[in-house]
Amino acid sequence: MKINLSTDSVRLLIPALSLIVLLCAVFYLQPRAMSYTGLNLLFNLAVPITLATIAQMLIMTVNDLDLSMGAFVSFVACVAATFLPTAPLIGTIILLAAIAAYAVLGVVIHVRQLPSIVVTLGMSFVWGGLAVLILPSPGGQAPVWARWIMTSKPPLMPMAIVASIIIAVITHFIVMRSSFGVLIRGVGGNTRSVERAGWSIISARAGAYALAASFAVLAGIALVGLTTSADANIALRYTLLSIAGVILGGGEFVGGRVSPIGAVIGALTLTLAGSFLSFLRISPDWQIGAQGAILIVVLALRLFLNRLEKREKGR
Amino acid sequence: MSLRPAPVRRWPSFQPGEAVKQIMTGSSHLVPVVEAQGVKVSFGAVRALAGVDLVIRPGECVGLVGHNGAGKSTIVNVINGGLSPHEGTIAYEGEAPGRHGIASARNHGVRCVFQELSLCPNLTVIENMRVMHRALNGWNWRSKAVAAITGKLGEIFPGHRIDCSRAVGDLSIAERQMVEIATAFADVGQKPKLVILDEPTSSLDASLAEQLLAHVRTYVVGGGSIIFISHILGEVLSTATRIVVMKDGRVVADRAAGEFTQAKLVQAMGSVVAEKKDARAARVLKSTAPILSLPPRGGRGMPFEAFSGEIVGLAGLSGHGQTDTLVDLFHSHSGNWLQRSNPAVAFVAGDRGYNGTFPLWSILKNMSIASLGDVSRATFVDSGHEAELGEQWKRKIEIRTQDMDNGILSLSGGNQQKVLFARALAVRAPVVLMDDPMRGVDIGTKQEVYGILRSEAEKGRTFIWYSTEMEEVCICDRVYVFNAGAIVAELTGSDISEDNILAASFTEAVASKAVIGGSIA
Repeated sequence: MKINLSTDSVRLLIPALSLIVLLCAVFYLQPRAMSYTGLNLLFNLAVPITLATIAQMLIMTVNDLDLSMGAFVSFVACVAATFLPTAPLIGTIILLAAIAAYAVLGVVIHVRQLPSIVVTLGMSFVWGGLAVLILPSPGGQAPVWARWIMTSKPPLMPMAIVASIIIAVITHFIVMRSSFGVLIRGVGGNTRSVERAGWSIISARAGAYALAASFAVLAGIALVGLTTSADANIALRYTLLSIAGVILGGGEFVGGRVSPIGAVIGALTLTLAGSFLSFLRISPDWQIGAQGAILIVVLALRLFLNRLEKREKGR
Repeated sequence: MSLRPAPVRRWPSFQPGEAVKQIMTGSSHLVPVVEAQGVKVSFGAVRALAGVDLVIRPGECVGLVGHNGAGKSTIVNVINGGLSPHEGTIAYEGEAPGRHGIASARNHGVRCVFQELSLCPNLTVIENMRVMHRALNGWNWRSKAVAAITGKLGEIFPGHRIDCSRAVGDLSIAERQMVEIATAFADVGQKPKLVILDEPTSSLDASLAEQLLAHVRTYVVGGGSIIFISHILGEVLSTATRIVVMKDGRVVADRAAGEFTQAKLVQAMGSVVAEKKDARAARVLKSTAPILSLPPRGGRGMPFEAFSGEIVGLAGLSGHGQTDTLVDLFHSHSGNWLQRSNPAVAFVAGDRGYNGTFPLWSILKNMSIASLGDVSRATFVDSGHEAELGEQWKRKIEIRTQDMDNGILSLSGGNQQKVLFARALAVRAPVVLMDDPMRGVDIGTKQEVYGILRSEAEKGRTFIWYSTEMEEVCICDRVYVFNAGAIVAELTGSDISEDNILAASFTEAVASKAVIGGSIA
């Protein structure tokens, strides 16, 4: 038998398979989930996680890691729950400034040769502090349009699925097909050669960071649209969830090897894993451990396939 | 381009005197592609270039030779805009020296193929075209890139089998080099006028290298310019129209290629003439049991055996199973889980950046890593002992550094390679495996290393040496020739010659292809 798959399709195979297996398991445990409402409930919370995962993926494309993702999404959620409904102009300006701040971060990290982990870890306290200043206690209200989008009921497929597909298609186009995407993946793969070809690494990295921040902003707004109110700590776990989602979806920490479709599937898988464990009636005390076990199984499968592929190539 | 001021001329390489006259008289009205004047560059206290004048005119292939550290790479980096000279000027196409930089150099058609891989391994060949050629834009850049790169690959390397939709990281090292060369020559809206080739043949086997050199000759005849850097002097002599010799950051000779011979070139570079194969007494070793052996790979060809005190060469076209054999030998004789107290084999990597050096570590740490067990006392590294080991090897193989605590990257490529040799030789292992370690190392260093190898072999060490350079293979006591992953011939003593090795690697290729051919066709 001759396996003739490109590395990229192998990368996608595992996350897709694990999502399908998990979905089948959920349907087996709870057949009522196999409906429009059921699917919507299962995947509702996946939309902001997916967006945050895409944001993290863009940062990882240029060989960095964003440890402030959760704090930043929380900050955006607080802005979206306070300024956006009452003073849309100020709210928009704040969010645009936040995106610009991300671009500046990308430049500073490159120019000063700082480790992104340290810089973003520091920034996570800045975003967290700003979020508490804006919204000292849980509350606020979602902008009407965000609420409308997140609760809309498109025909055929629930909103969460439609949104995931749209996100996957758009980011695939940006990252895998467009010139900009090629450029930032090139920066991740071999910065020096991109520089030698006459490109500005600074603007490429600033662009990648700004784009990531834009997706994180969308994640915050989507989150508020779902929950109708915000809190300064609402999305703290997104930092690790987004990293896990990227890795689960076939991305790698360094080398500019990422897959937007894989990242979306990874985020969906992570969301579903939580529901799956609840359906299994595993006590919440054990759920995080069990979620970790699922991650390990999927990643082990991927390593196994990589090895198989290498052996095929060696022939 | 209708603006070219003069008709294209051919250099009659067999009439050197004529060629010189043409350079002197005929090209005065040709606008030079690049004109460097009095370029000085220094890195800290080290003077890399001490006032270099270099003029490249259209329609000439300039061979640039010199030892590692002579300043070849530095002048190349100045010409391609990556480095700004601290003194002196660079003028492209006769324009007044203006803003210097990578972008302006590229706008004047300067392209560069670097010695180390300078493509993005995670991108496909097509996407790399997009990164390398900024002019390649618009909605259909992908189809434009496909047309340009497949056309160029087919033109330079007819019969290549590279799938342009594959990621560069999935290609073999020779294929990557081919892609990089084709990318540099590709014409997408911006014609390449000067292509700088830095050791372009180091990863290519003889037939691919010949295809490249043939393309370089036709390109030059067509009016393009080339700067050709190679340590293989035969290539430079046969390809270049003019040869520039550099030494210690200066140009020491600049004459038509026909005026040079191999010996004159080496002399100009300032090193001893490469000595011919030394007459190591053909020793009878086969009476003892082999120290290493492998069954025939994949059930085909001959088994592999190596005896104590031997230098065994692995030859054949590149990528035909030599490296795999070395890796197999290494894995079958090194501990998998536990560190062996007495290692059986040591490995000298060929791809320094990939599996050789620890770029952030000092020279000493890079050297002592393999023998930490020997320099430790009660599992703690004895730094005095370690430094002593470092000094000993620094003296023995002349690593050119003031301080072994300097970073490994402060050394030139050849000296880094020496450190890797020292790492392997400092281990007590009786067998040393070498994976084409002399790639891009200058002749002087090579001679020194050959000497070390011989003296170590006299002491009973065994060397298994894969090399892409014929001259090195001919130093070996015994040579296995590889083809399609199997050993197809064994040559010993006086049978080891370039002709025999080439004959073995090609005649068998036909025979074995006939077998495989059925499944391909």
